[in-house]
Amino acid sequence: MQREYRTISRISGPLMLVEGVEGVKFEELVEVELPNKERRSGKVLEIDRDKALVQIFEGTAGIDIPTSKVKFLGKGIEFPLSLDILGRVFDGLGRPKDGGPRIIPEVKRDVNGAPINPYARNYPNEFIQTGISAIDGLNPLVRGQKLPIFSGSGLPHNHISAQIARQARVLGKEEEFAVVFGAMGITFEESEFFIKDFTNTGAIERACLFINLADDPAIERIATPRVVFTAAEYLAFEKGMHVLVLLTDMTNYCEALREVAAARKEIPGRRGYPGYLYTDLASIYERAGRIKGRKGSITLIPILTMPEDDKTHPIPDLTGYITEGQVILSRTLHRKKVSPPIDVLPSLSRLKDKGIGVNKTREDHADIYNQLYAAYARGKEAQELAVILGEAALSEMEKLYYNFAEIFENKYVSQGEYENRSVEETLDLGWKLLTMFPTSELKRIREEFLAKYYDKFKGETL
Amino acid sequence: MRKGRIVKVSGPLVVAEGMSGSKMYDVVRVSDKKLLGEIIELKGDLASIQVYEETGGIGPEEPVYSTDEPLSVELGPGLVEPIYDGIQRPLDLIKDLVGDYITRGVSLPALSRKKKWKFMPEKKKGDRVTGGDILGEVQETSLVVHKIMVPPDIEGTIEEIKKGDFTIEDVICRVKSDDGLHKLTMMQRWPVRIPRPYKGKLPPHIPLTTGQRVIDTFFPIGKGGTACCPGPFGSGKTVIQHQLAKWADAEIIVYIGCGERGNEMTDVLLEFPELKDPKSGEPLMKRTVLIANTSNMPVAAREASVYTGITIAEYFRDMGYSVAVMADSTSRWAEAMREISGRLEEMPGEEGYPAYLGARVAEFYERAGRVTCLGSDHREGTLSVIGAVSPPGGDLSDPVVQATLRVVKVFWSLEDKLAARRHFPAISWLNSYSLYTADLRDYLKKEVGEDFINLQRDAMRLLEEEAELEEIVRLVGLDALSPSDRLVLEVAKSIREDFLHQNAYHEIDTYTSLKKQYNLLKLILHFYYCSKESLQKGASITDIEKLKVREKIARAKYIIEKDADRITDLEREVEKETKAVKNA
Ligand SMILES: Nc1ncnc2c1ncn2[C@@H]1O[C@H](COP(=O)(O)OP(=O)(O)OP(=O)(O)O)[C@@H](O)[C@H]1O
Ligand SMILES: [Mg+2]
Repeated sequence: MQREYRTISRISGPLMLVEGVEGVKFEELVEVELPNKERRSGKVLEIDRDKALVQIFEGTAGIDIPTSKVKFLGKGIEFPLSLDILGRVFDGLGRPKDGGPRIIPEVKRDVNGAPINPYARNYPNEFIQTGISAIDGLNPLVRGQKLPIFSGSGLPHNHISAQIARQARVLGKEEEFAVVFGAMGITFEESEFFIKDFTNTGAIERACLFINLADDPAIERIATPRVVFTAAEYLAFEKGMHVLVLLTDMTNYCEALREVAAARKEIPGRRGYPGYLYTDLASIYERAGRIKGRKGSITLIPILTMPEDDKTHPIPDLTGYITEGQVILSRTLHRKKVSPPIDVLPSLSRLKDKGIGVNKTREDHADIYNQLYAAYARGKEAQELAVILGEAALSEMEKLYYNFAEIFENKYVSQGEYENRSVEETLDLGWKLLTMFPTSELKRIREEFLAKYYDKFKGETL
Repeated sequence: MRKGRIVKVSGPLVVAEGMSGSKMYDVVRVSDKKLLGEIIELKGDLASIQVYEETGGIGPEEPVYSTDEPLSVELGPGLVEPIYDGIQRPLDLIKDLVGDYITRGVSLPALSRKKKWKFMPEKKKGDRVTGGDILGEVQETSLVVHKIMVPPDIEGTIEEIKKGDFTIEDVICRVKSDDGLHKLTMMQRWPVRIPRPYKGKLPPHIPLTTGQRVIDTFFPIGKGGTACCPGPFGSGKTVIQHQLAKWADAEIIVYIGCGERGNEMTDVLLEFPELKDPKSGEPLMKRTVLIANTSNMPVAAREASVYTGITIAEYFRDMGYSVAVMADSTSRWAEAMREISGRLEEMPGEEGYPAYLGARVAEFYERAGRVTCLGSDHREGTLSVIGAVSPPGGDLSDPVVQATLRVVKVFWSLEDKLAARRHFPAISWLNSYSLYTADLRDYLKKEVGEDFINLQRDAMRLLEEEAELEEIVRLVGLDALSPSDRLVLEVAKSIREDFLHQNAYHEIDTYTSLKKQYNLLKLILHFYYCSKESLQKGASITDIEKLKVREKIARAKYIIEKDADRITDLEREVEKETKAVKNA
């Protein structure tokens, strides 16, 4: 069967139509040889009788109709795997980028992966201490969770994710870990920042980096998170490592997807993003987790910048619908020099409840965060009221909440990039703040815990 | 077997030629990998097929085999406890067969062919039976007695009926009818897209109690009713669905995880066997049927999952049970419809959804109801449906929300603002509604308390007043309010925090019986009535605000069910303290 054609009939955007083909399969890998002998890769998006619609990852610039050769490779996109991928840098399609040797594969895997059988999953319930109070105390992360950072342009999301990568540990355990890092369309400086941070902490030896920079081909980004997870699944579920996956910036990924959808003239969904964006993102994010009877885990922190800081924009919206919570950064807090500027109220970790408490963190953890939340929410309301009516119009109690909110932001949320707090410290800090209130205000805390902790922390300086 | 040929592959949609003779919604096997698909459009000899498995690696020229059968589920003993995918493939067995990842072309029967069940007949030789009549029983789990019914379209005289241990394929009964002899087994098959028949529909008249205070007291759903909970991400839809699956007083729960997270299904799988049914003390899993087609599983099977789930639910309803279906989330089902419709190049309606979206949603909820079942004993069964809706950005003008609100009778409006303040369940007390309150009034008065309806009404009025007063406070400050207005604010706050707020993860708070709900609400309002009286006599509002008993009111929800009367005792303390307040 002929597998090589010079029958391109149309090129538009990142897409190309090849006619008169035979035996071509959906999602098959394609190689195009340009007149100048350069090779590009692509994948079959649709096959209709003898016409194949192909998406080119490196873009179609330079491809011509009469002489470019198209080869169908009879398989999907695969990534070669072995433990040698650790310490290496690849491009967005998984080709070595660091001048090092090719990976001699132990196995090759189709980058699309397969869905984890829900029956095979193990529930994430091991607390990860990140050393950041706003996360550990209020939005605890657990192993196997997917917890994105919703940020905005110019906010320090990279610093926070690097801090998490640096400080994250599971209490009382020394186990093999690895970081798999996927960069999509970020700048050279941003990428260097991560590489330097990984190098400084020595994490680079146990890291595997996939880098597609802002000036690299945009469509390549569609493959990047899939290659990232192929590596992560191998390390976690075949080699038993606890893998932290960082993906940045998912907004650029979604834009690449939109570009393809537009070129296909699909009926657009909200703001021009394809209607299947939810399913597409889910096929990436849901690859994180734990599997019964296997040692490793994949914890995912995708980072995305919200266009116009708008949480209801389709990218953060659909991400939030798939992930198990979100950490949201606030421009206002950033301006107030709160670092990290985590906006506590709309942030949420949904898996927290099974990861905290007796034997995990401390018995009073859940009650403390419930109370801190309630108090901070009320403090915020008091602040809003004070803006309209002036502070003098607040009742005694509201003033107390007003002050609490200030101190909470400055002492609890704010801690700086290099402070690594233990969860004990974070919980104690919570108590110190809450003892600003009389016990009658602390309705979300069980009486037994009030009896045990309240007097101990009352009056302690922050 | 007839055989067509693939001409086109586009994601989950495959077009094949040479398919004339096929019927709409027939199941086909695609390629020699035998991927399961369903015909969703016929044009000449071309058939468009939605494929329930990933289509990567499939291409033109490959064969398509017809089965000449519509997509159906297997109904019989063995349905409770396992976990199925959207087309009723047993995920637990698939794991045993192919490992932790779902691979393609796996084909396993939904119900075990080997397991033997003890069948106890209720009918005897010579009895005349019609469709729906109960032939006998199987104790399926400690909580479920599985009634073996005559299939809907069969009528005749029993020639033989057996007793003992049988597989679902063994003949347990022979019925002679005008058109011949029917050999009946304990299993039936039913096409998922066709509702199972019943004799007649009745309006719901008993509440489906859920143990969730805001729901049972303010926005109740009747047994056989429909409800929806739309809300943005993280507003608590899944927690509500899980809470209902745990605590609703239905005899069978069908939980459909439709295009949502894998871990949420794992959560159910791990937690339900540990939780005890409040009535029987048996594990909740023993009455639960699970369907999981998570977001990363094939999108066409997601489309089918809600039909698979509701057909199983109808089957248990037909036995005369109260059944509740949770579908989380119906938006993902609608999106699956949209994706397939787009690939068929149908003319899109709003937001790209197909024009028939509204009709499909209505047909789905219409399968709920309180019914007189088939069969000669006039038994009643109920099927309640509770759907989560996930509108983009939480925007209620979304076509799926709108289509749903047109048909369901209960609307639990989940609000981001409440969730951000950690007021859970984040059900807005101002925007939600239940159209069953009138139908359920008699039952609640009789079973819970003659004044329950009045308490409910007074509490709601206070909450509404609070919203108005808050407007004023925002403009001119608290000081401008009269003492009686300030009391309204205090009591409304107590209703919100001490009654409506309910922590699903607190071992006691997670479930509140109707009786305890009544006691709690009565206590809070008793405080209101007594304080109002004292105020009228000139008492100081600031002192009322500081009364000690208020902390006890706040903690009353943590009093265990057994001691629910202690809540009533607190009313005496309320009286004493409010009377003792000095004048301003
Ligand atoms: N009744 C409740 N008690 C305590 N916490 C709750 C309650 N309801 C919701 N929550 C909190 O809110 C979080 C989000 O709830 P849930 O997962 O149900 O949201 P959702 O609406 O289903 O979101 P999505 O649309 O993304 O699936 C939970 O993880 C939990 O922390
Ligand atoms: Mg949910």
